Amino acid sequence: MSGNQRENAFPTRQVLQIYKKKAKGAQKGYDLLKKKSDALTVRFRALLKQIYSTKSSMGDEMKEASFSLAEAVWAADSKFKYKLIDKPMDARIRVRVQNDNVAGVRLPVFEKMTDQSAAAAEAYGLARGGKEIEKCTKKWTTLFENLIQLASLQTSFLALDEAIKVTNRRVNALDNVVIPRTKNTIKYIESELDELEREDIFRIKKVLEVKRVKEAVERSEFMAFQDDAAASSAADQANMMNAYDTKDEDVIF
Amino acid sequence: MEVGKLVAVIGDEDTVSGFLLAGVGHRTANSTNFLVVKPDTPLKAVEEAFKSFSTRDDIGIILINQHLASDIRHVLKDYNQTIPTVLEIPSKEHPYDPEQDYIMTRVGMFLSGGG
Repeated sequence: MSGNQRENAFPTRQVLQIYKKKAKGAQKGYDLLKKKSDALTVRFRALLKQIYSTKSSMGDEMKEASFSLAEAVWAADSKFKYKLIDKPMDARIRVRVQNDNVAGVRLPVFEKMTDQSAAAAEAYGLARGGKEIEKCTKKWTTLFENLIQLASLQTSFLALDEAIKVTNRRVNALDNVVIPRTKNTIKYIESELDELEREDIFRIKKVLEVKRVKEAVERSEFMAFQDDAAASSAADQANMMNAYDTKDEDVIF
Repeated sequence: MEVGKLVAVIGDEDTVSGFLLAGVGHRTANSTNFLVVKPDTPLKAVEEAFKSFSTRDDIGIILINQHLASDIRHVLKDYNQTIPTVLEIPSKEHPYDPEQDYIMTRVGMFLSGGG
């Protein structure tokens, strides 16, 4: 698909250097990203197993907690649930979001935070069942803590999933698009430069030849001129001699 | 001092009561962080509660009973925020069913597919 595409570069030596550097950078980037993707995937797998086992056991815990609530209701006062729900209250436990860092990916992790300033566990205005209620409270608090952990695992899972997708996309982009394009561009520039060099050599040869031909012509012209000059002076001498040779009546011989 | 985020609960009476006992509940004059869903609670109310909890930035986790989550599955399907994170929990009447839990199905896919 993108096997033969290259960038539009002006073929000069400097540009060639630039592209060579780009190719090196792209290769390095690819190696680093691949490493990051591998690290993330390893962490991801471990997370999967944890989530699976925690969620499965959580079902049982929930059952226990519900049971203990039923016990408390039975022991105390059937209306106690409503009392619980209708009162104004401050959350005694909250969660704090921490950021865990894995190979550069920030994973949110929840931590239980007890707000001591909030109103402490008041008596729910009940005459009896206090012990069951306490037991129930404990059970639900434990359940809550496990749920917080599960929530952390879950968010990490989702965040990692996204991060791995993004990283793999970049790895593939580098490997299938950027690196081949840069390599093709380098090949193109090198071949153009070779072509130019060959043209240059050819042109220089031609120029030399033309010069040589010109010189040869000039020399031969010069020689011809010299011959002519010699010939014409010889001819002049001969003519002068002839001038004496013509019969002159005055000459007796 | 950092103020932690609340944990919201959308569930049946028992679930909510249990968590309120643990101290999760927060009720002020203008907002609460939980919704008790009774058999006659309209689905719209559940949807609204979820939408409002998920847009509040003082809530870190939303706990929701699994059967309720299935009821508003169409809203959950498009939910992709990291915070608040949605955790499905079983209820007394509806024990945990991993096949309904969106997260578990994806985990299962990875574990069985990718190994």
